[in-house]
Amino acid sequence: MKIKFTLNQEIIEHEVSPNKTLVKMLREDFDLTGAKEGCGGGECGACTILFNGKPVTSCLLLGVQADGQEITTIEGLSQGNELDELQKTFISTGALQCGYCTPGMILTAKGLLTENPDPSREEIKTALSGNLCRCTGYKRIIEAVEQAAKNYR
Amino acid sequence: MKYVGQSIERVDGIKKVTGDLKYVDDMKLPRMLYAGVKRSPHAHAKILKIDTSLAEKYPGVKAVVTGKDFPKKAGLYLTDKTFFAVDKTRFTGEAVAAVAADTEDIAKEAAELIEVEYEVLPSIHDAREAIKDGAPLIHPDLGDYRIVPIFKPVPGTNISEHFKLRKGNVEEAFKKAHRIFEKEFYVPHIQHTPIENHVAIAQYDRDKNLTVWASCQSPYAVRAALSDAFDVPLHKLRVISPAVGGGFGAKAGTTLEGIIIPLAMKVGNRPIKLTYSREDEFVSSYVRQALHSKFKTAVDKNGKLLAVENEFIWDGGAFTEYGVNIAKSAGFAAVGPYDVENIHCDSYAVYTNNPVGGPYRGFGMAEIHFGIEQNMDHIAREMGMDPIELRRMNAQKPGGTTATGAKVDAACGLEETLEAVVKEIDYHTPSEQPSDPNKVRAKGIACGMKAPSMPNNAGSSAVVRINEDGSAFLSVSAQDLGQGSDTALTQIAAEGLQIPVEKITIKTGDTDHTPYEWQTVASRITYSAGNAIIKACDDVKTQLVNLASQKLEVPKEELILDDEHVVWEKDFTKKVPIRELSLGLQLEDGSGVHGPIIGRGSFVPEGVVNFDPETGLSEKPVVFWTYGAYGVEIEVDKQTGNIKVLKATTCFDVGKAINPELVKAQCEGAVVQGLGSAIFEEIIMKDGKFQNPNFTDYKIPTSGDMPEMTIHIAENPQYDGPYGARGMAEPAMIPAAPSIVNAFYNATGIAMNKLPLTPERVVNALKEHNK
Repeated sequence: MKIKFTLNQEIIEHEVSPNKTLVKMLREDFDLTGAKEGCGGGECGACTILFNGKPVTSCLLLGVQADGQEITTIEGLSQGNELDELQKTFISTGALQCGYCTPGMILTAKGLLTENPDPSREEIKTALSGNLCRCTGYKRIIEAVEQAAKNYR
Repeated sequence: MKYVGQSIERVDGIKKVTGDLKYVDDMKLPRMLYAGVKRSPHAHAKILKIDTSLAEKYPGVKAVVTGKDFPKKAGLYLTDKTFFAVDKTRFTGEAVAAVAADTEDIAKEAAELIEVEYEVLPSIHDAREAIKDGAPLIHPDLGDYRIVPIFKPVPGTNISEHFKLRKGNVEEAFKKAHRIFEKEFYVPHIQHTPIENHVAIAQYDRDKNLTVWASCQSPYAVRAALSDAFDVPLHKLRVISPAVGGGFGAKAGTTLEGIIIPLAMKVGNRPIKLTYSREDEFVSSYVRQALHSKFKTAVDKNGKLLAVENEFIWDGGAFTEYGVNIAKSAGFAAVGPYDVENIHCDSYAVYTNNPVGGPYRGFGMAEIHFGIEQNMDHIAREMGMDPIELRRMNAQKPGGTTATGAKVDAACGLEETLEAVVKEIDYHTPSEQPSDPNKVRAKGIACGMKAPSMPNNAGSSAVVRINEDGSAFLSVSAQDLGQGSDTALTQIAAEGLQIPVEKITIKTGDTDHTPYEWQTVASRITYSAGNAIIKACDDVKTQLVNLASQKLEVPKEELILDDEHVVWEKDFTKKVPIRELSLGLQLEDGSGVHGPIIGRGSFVPEGVVNFDPETGLSEKPVVFWTYGAYGVEIEVDKQTGNIKVLKATTCFDVGKAINPELVKAQCEGAVVQGLGSAIFEEIIMKDGKFQNPNFTDYKIPTSGDMPEMTIHIAENPQYDGPYGARGMAEPAMIPAAPSIVNAFYNATGIAMNKLPLTPERVVNALKEHNK
């Protein structure tokens, strides 16, 4: 099927097979491998991307559903080489270890901060609760989001 | 120190926050094929016939293999494993055959077309049954398997390792005891669940070079195992581990690599990729072995532990090539961090038809401490003693002895770590109770210890190359699984070279290009690779100083490295930049001396000796012990059975924190992972079949489960550690579960001898208790 959509601020026309998931389309057709497939069932959040600005698990969507929509992946979050505030605070607070959940975690946080620029600690915890991390224990991730919220303001 | 001891930012941060880092599943190689696997639906069954004809004819299929094609056994400590079932299957989910095809979908569809005829055999799923005389044998040929000689399998049984510890005179001690306590505990199978599932790519060219890209912790150990299994010489076998998305032990050995190599050998220089789905990961990669433990403890009237008699029965699953070492490690640490004169311990690795047991963060130790540390609280209560005082009295202290009779090192900081958590959690002040009468709060503590369990001669090496601009490359094969070794090791090199961290690039994970490393396991990398790096830096320094001595005309003994220069310590203005010496020295007449600067360092721990084969005793069986303690405060909802960990504090004696924030981050991760093992995680099996292979039914902690955490660090230097450092990332998980279970007792008066404390189990226990 032919689809037309915005991918990391670029308008794209693309032919995608109707049963291909969005995460596979991004990874296989566009080499945007920042979205990881950790479970294939929407349980781990590693494939999170921004779909019209909102975080979604791209393993639960089909590629064709991108038609007419705006998609941002982790590769499109930084402006060229200039990192987004969240990317900077994830580094400065040490909010990452193996890095496999990190792109999804950052994009979920981005979605949260777009909607709610001054979230409470509990709101951050709730927003991130669909993104599993096995390494960090989450503490620094929450601190990174708090710090980024401050820096954005 | 300028670089060591500083909490610098991770060196791998930018490529991880941008998605720029390529993990193995992100790799797409030219003409790549994909593998699909046919797995056994039976826990124990004879394979009568495999018909691959339909799969072979399926469009897009390029190769099909079965166990008959590569029947050679492999394994790290015990060669009991084949990558495909050959004559029979030994666990549900074992690979029976595989195909390589143009796409992942075709590979999966074709694999399902393989028809296998089985004769179902009686299966065993409880290690206590499997250990009995007359139990059906899962490995009848156990006596013929190759094994590292320190292990003792019992051929003709399902026992693949029987470790015996015999210290002092237990019988006499029990006779003299004031009180004797007996307890049994059970820790179920759980799983590591790194967010990145296992994945590998294999390519075999026509010149017989085999290249394997794998998400693996130990490229050299994987290379050795694959070389042995597939008869490929080491100089023709390259293992590359570009990035690891979490390991925790799951990626220490070989798993799916052995499935794709036979396929790769059939398709003529085309790469083949296999990526496990989450369900594959749960069912067919390693699990943490279940443990049945028994403790009988003799105590004198003051609370001194006189003797411990214990038994550990490990459910090793279908293969115990790694599991034998877990049983051994538990055996030589039999009584945890306490000084006990008389010990009688039997630790058994036992085959069952359950999933394959493997190393999981702090292997053996988290499982035995669940019993040891509850036992200490139990004894304290029964003796009318403060549990902290009981621990203090019995703690291993400098000059005391460990379970194997080794002298406790002067650097043992167990008491210091215990004091730190008792103070932080304010253990002796009862919790403030919430207004909701259904909720009750209480505190708990636990101690723990762990040593790297590895061959005595497990070695590391490092190469340092100085570039023409004075920057450097550091090459090692230590793998950063997230723990931060790339950063800590770079800091060690920076300190050794006096070149800033940002001018050093670390290269890892390629057996063709980075030097030998035994394995990234056992919390040994900072210690072992760190020591190799110091030696490589010393080698660089010797070369630089020799050249600078000629150039500056001062004695080389008086030259030091400082701020990217070789400097005369008597007059700091007399110096030469390292950059100028990077290609050697050029003399006034234009001639050259020495050439490019390359440093090499090799390290193996000194003086680690074998156990006595009969008694298990040894004066130095391990390189070091890391000690530490946990304090937690929990809230139990008596109506729902939910447990919330409100606060957690840890203190571990790390010798020297190379990067304190990275040390703290390891502890925080360990608290939450340990919390999962205490209250959520359990593999539920029915006749060996995994019932919950997904994150909905196998719940791991989320951000909502995170407690408030305060992490302390103790630093009693390790005498032979790099700048005094010893390992800590695994030890940090060990006391987590028992501290929570001890707090649960303090909240409810109920001792739980089984993990995890799920809401259902809690509610049932409360009902039973209130009867």
